[in-house]
Amino acid sequence: MSEQNILEVQGLKMYFDVSPPFVTRLLNRMPKQVLKAVDGLSFSIERGKTFSLVGESGCGKSTVARAVAGLYTPTGGDIIIDGQNLATAKDRSKITDISRQMQMIFQSPYASLDPRWRVRDIIAEPIRAFKLAANKEDEWRQVEQLLVQVGLSASDGEKYPHEFSGGQRQRISIARALSSKPEFLICDEPTSALDVSVQAQILNLMTALQDELGLTYLFISHDLAVIDHMSDWIGVMYLGRVCEITPKSELFSNPRHPYTRLLLEAIPDLKGRSHRKPLKGEVPNPITPPSGCTFHPRCPYANERCKQEQPVLGEYGPSQVACHAVEEFRI
Amino acid sequence: MKDVSISKWWAGVSDHDVTYSFLHSPVTIVATVATILMFAAAFGASFLTIYTPFDPGSLELREAFMPPAWEQGGNSEHLLGTDGQGRDILAAIMYGTQVSLVVGILSVLLSVSIGIPLGIIAGYYGGWVDTAIMRFADIQLTIPPILIALMIDGITRTTLSSEVHEIVAIPVLIISIGVASWPQYARITRSGAMVERRKDYIAAAKLIQTPTAAIMVRHVLPNVIGPTLIVATIGVAVAIIIEATLSFLGVGIPSTTPSLGTLIRIGNSFLFSGEWWITFFPAFTLVILVLSVNLIGDWLRDTFNPKLR
Repeated sequence: MSEQNILEVQGLKMYFDVSPPFVTRLLNRMPKQVLKAVDGLSFSIERGKTFSLVGESGCGKSTVARAVAGLYTPTGGDIIIDGQNLATAKDRSKITDISRQMQMIFQSPYASLDPRWRVRDIIAEPIRAFKLAANKEDEWRQVEQLLVQVGLSASDGEKYPHEFSGGQRQRISIARALSSKPEFLICDEPTSALDVSVQAQILNLMTALQDELGLTYLFISHDLAVIDHMSDWIGVMYLGRVCEITPKSELFSNPRHPYTRLLLEAIPDLKGRSHRKPLKGEVPNPITPPSGCTFHPRCPYANERCKQEQPVLGEYGPSQVACHAVEEFRI
Repeated sequence: MKDVSISKWWAGVSDHDVTYSFLHSPVTIVATVATILMFAAAFGASFLTIYTPFDPGSLELREAFMPPAWEQGGNSEHLLGTDGQGRDILAAIMYGTQVSLVVGILSVLLSVSIGIPLGIIAGYYGGWVDTAIMRFADIQLTIPPILIALMIDGITRTTLSSEVHEIVAIPVLIISIGVASWPQYARITRSGAMVERRKDYIAAAKLIQTPTAAIMVRHVLPNVIGPTLIVATIGVAVAIIIEATLSFLGVGIPSTTPSLGTLIRIGNSFLFSGEWWITFFPAFTLVILVLSVNLIGDWLRDTFNPKLR
């Protein structure tokens, strides 16, 4: 693991058992069903940078975020933070320093704050959990400082979450995430539930905080405009695998993987009805993924090899791409 | 300074939806007043009446079978008349209501304190823990509460001597009614906990290594307890009915301590000889008490769960 990387994920596998109940399975002679939400995913994040995962709904982006956060125990692979492998750690609670350094911002601003708690208690929860305040006054002072830092007023601490709008709640969520003084933030679609104008405020706040505090972000989104605004590096995910890892400039100017190209073509623009080719078909069922390259049923460049053999990530310039067509210089 | 904060608080309270809904529901207001009066009469019985109907030393056999004050032969000293041993019916009802309320409230407290933790554990963990707890609850629900109470009462009656049994009769009754009705509280709490555990604020608490027990107490419990407590209000009425039924059957409260059910049972044997007041007034009180508590419970349920309206 190189020194500059804060996080390295290697061959992460996250399988879920989605079999029907035992008796039903026995009566209908059904096999066990396994959903491979994430299947052999590798990436690394440089300290102080933003790495984004992008992909359609159901491709496993959020699962990666939750596995890195430790909310799921991975089926296989390694998650290495500061030289400690979290995936194999028996008990994450033993490594409190890592959990203090790693916080998460969630998608829904409504479900991520306990409606029965005052905002100051919500923000102070990590401070209390990691005993970061010397006494009550110190704790209040830290909370007030955080509220001001995320653009709310110190008196908002006395209110309850329902007294705030979606954007303000997301600010509270950010303040809670920052309260344990983390280095690394996992952002699981933090703006997808917000209005466009509010999205911009939250994204600007997040970039400002990154510059100020030197934070590293793992950013999950399906919105390429948001990705463009936030990222340094981008991983494009399809059906639990990563098909392209690339610097931001390359993604928009020189997309290599056919899926990346199709995603970029699908972005609406303000020129009215342009001749966009929508992505054909739907994401296949991850319980029974297609053989070979999982993208082949929707790929205009697919050939026999794509149906049989799974592509692996190869280096092309600054990017890593997993595609037979790219490898064979067909595109 | 203090006055300002109180008037501000009152402004907040009177503006509140709940207050509005209360003030615009005459039935609820009447039921609340009736309940408060009955509580006052029951728990203030020793101040409000000079009679001690269940003290054997104060029996006045000369005054037996006196009808209510407005009937022929009635007398204003015994407003609602007296029973076969000259005991004042009004005083008996006041003391009886006290026992009924104590049994009703304590047994609900007991079943809530069994049902809520089990419901939260079942809903939060899910899987086989959930299956085990809820199937056990289902099994218990197939046995009517009265049967469970009869069984527990029967066991204590045969194992304990009759003096000891009289002392423990009320606690036994509370325990048997309480144990019999926990499943419904567990069910309501469980369904709430199943919804809450998937929410991201729980994930945020897990992320900072909050112990599971602390998550359940600090986050899940406050968010699921509301509906359970509303059902518990109605549960008090149900518990009072079960207690009255058991006492009427003669297995609940011993005759030396009155409860509304005991009074109805005692009076029942005089019904055909014309002394209707001995059983009518306790029964009437029971009806009003249960009805009022039920109406308050219904109002609470409708106010806090608008979907049921």
